Amino acid sequence: MVQQSPVAGTIRKPVNPRVESYKNLWRRLRKNKAAVVGGLLILVFLVAGIIGPYLTTQDPNLPQISIKLQGPSAEHWFGTDNYGRDIFTRIIHGMGITMTVGFFSVALGGIIGVFLGIVSGYYGGKLDTVIMRIMDILLAFPGILLALAIVSVLGGSLTNLIIAVGVFSVPAFARIVRGSTLSVRRLEYIDAVKALGASDARIIFKHILPNVMSPIIVQLTLRIATAVLTASGLSFLGLGAPPPTPEWGAMLSEGRAYMQQAPHLVLFPGLMIVLFVLAFNIFGDGLRDALDPKMNK
Amino acid sequence: MVKKELLKVTGLKQYFPIKGGLMGRTVNHVKAVDDISFTIHEGETVSIVGESGCGKSTTGRAILRLEEPTEGSVVFNGDELTTLSKREMRTHRKDLQIIFQDPYASINPRQTVADVLDEAMTIQKILPAKQRRKRIIELLETVGLNEYQADRYPHEFSGGQRQRIGIARALSVDPKLIICDEAVSALDVSIQAQVLNLLEELQEEFNLTYLFISHDLGVVRHISDRVIVMYLGKIVEIGDKYSIFENAKHPYTKALLSAIPVPDPKAVKKHIVLKGDVPSPIDPPAGCRFHTRCPFAQDKCKVDVPELIVHEGMREGHQAACHFVEEIENGTLQAAEFEETFFG
Repeated sequence: MVQQSPVAGTIRKPVNPRVESYKNLWRRLRKNKAAVVGGLLILVFLVAGIIGPYLTTQDPNLPQISIKLQGPSAEHWFGTDNYGRDIFTRIIHGMGITMTVGFFSVALGGIIGVFLGIVSGYYGGKLDTVIMRIMDILLAFPGILLALAIVSVLGGSLTNLIIAVGVFSVPAFARIVRGSTLSVRRLEYIDAVKALGASDARIIFKHILPNVMSPIIVQLTLRIATAVLTASGLSFLGLGAPPPTPEWGAMLSEGRAYMQQAPHLVLFPGLMIVLFVLAFNIFGDGLRDALDPKMNK
Repeated sequence: MVKKELLKVTGLKQYFPIKGGLMGRTVNHVKAVDDISFTIHEGETVSIVGESGCGKSTTGRAILRLEEPTEGSVVFNGDELTTLSKREMRTHRKDLQIIFQDPYASINPRQTVADVLDEAMTIQKILPAKQRRKRIIELLETVGLNEYQADRYPHEFSGGQRQRIGIARALSVDPKLIICDEAVSALDVSIQAQVLNLLEELQEEFNLTYLFISHDLGVVRHISDRVIVMYLGKIVEIGDKYSIFENAKHPYTKALLSAIPVPDPKAVKKHIVLKGDVPSPIDPPAGCRFHTRCPFAQDKCKVDVPELIVHEGMREGHQAACHFVEEIENGTLQAAEFEETFFG
């Protein structure tokens, strides 16, 4: 029998593949300029959303009719709106709302979608058929219409907005995770732990979930962009956060009436939505390429 | 000498449904394993050989209920396995383990060797958590690995070493029967020999019983006590190693054996080349499944399914499923369109 003799000094530290793959991921991600820009923008948004509201000196909801519809100036960087509220302050305060909606709705959709996807892919059969047909039905609706229907049933509030956008994210996660689960499930190590008598829960959470994580992470990032866009759309239609919440979509909607005289009312919230969505999209794309170098090009 | 029956498989069938149409109705079945029966005694090594797709791996998986068998009974150590609930089956899994073919796919890439073995023992509640580490080291040493490798990840090992990890995992729960599903097929020949020797050593040390699934007749000849030859989901011949390798009766077994390469360039050897391909297991031929390729096929073979029985001139326990064993042996039945190639 050939045994490897541990020559002194050759005993290497074991290389954790997880840590190693993160290092690789970071290396590849760094090469992608667009993704780096997207990532930095997200970081800026995050910081601004969390500490921004404490730094602004003005009240986002206090009307000051005397200074309404003023253009950008040193005092009001993005100008004032039709009630004389500082638009810059409102946008900073709205950042938190936008991110709350984006993160929570995607988290909600992600958790439900991943669960349904894994169950569907792992058990297969009738359960799979039923779950996936329901997902198909959800997908058949245009996203905004589905969210619209949910909000109009539940009523317009921030929580309901999150639920609506969350539900509309479920099928995307379910489908992707089901596909990955199908391929991982066939690997021999799953059979090996099954032969050892592992419960389904152990197999799903310890052996399948960690191995289908990378498409989930990419989808989370890309989905946040879509969720924010949908949420803004709903608020624009008056079905999101009730006024005077400084939600960007709602600001856009309010400013619409003054678009001719004071275009900055819609320009800045609109620009912010574009930047936010763009940042998450290019970062998500970069992440996908970095996680799967084979799919490049 | 009466040996104890450890595993008794009776009338095992494994059909996989083929779904089709809009509503996903079952249109047909792949009859991967079709009514096979055999027994394995304690401490012996029984091999299943056959071409790819003949159902040998499926048989192993059906015994372990990795795929629920369609029909038939699997009695292990006196307990019927096929009727157990999933939960009851889990506790029985301790006694039946499996070693897989692909050492690169059979270990979770995110677990260290110690994690893999620890998990196996956790699932079967083998030892209290504190004593497991010691046992893990013991297991690694048993399979020829070292203590310092315990905290490494699978990608840091070679194929042969990974196969040893797979063996250690199977051993960790003290099984009685290990199914080796093409356990050495993916390894280099020199490594194959090492792993085979290891398996033999372990068999002696732990009184293991092996069901060895392989397409490699050389390996099978080396390790087996008894051999089962399968063709298209059915057993065509079964017997001890001597009977199968020196005194094969079934035309298929003969053809299979003639394909073993002989490491002697001067040896003159009759090579039986079978015509055509293995028919589809979706619609297997009626009668004897081998009749479409058998050089001795008669009209009877197309209608009647031959039974697996002891024919004249065969030892006890040696059975073949062919209508014309005697006729072929005494030469009254000549091979039609027998393709013979001679080397030498």
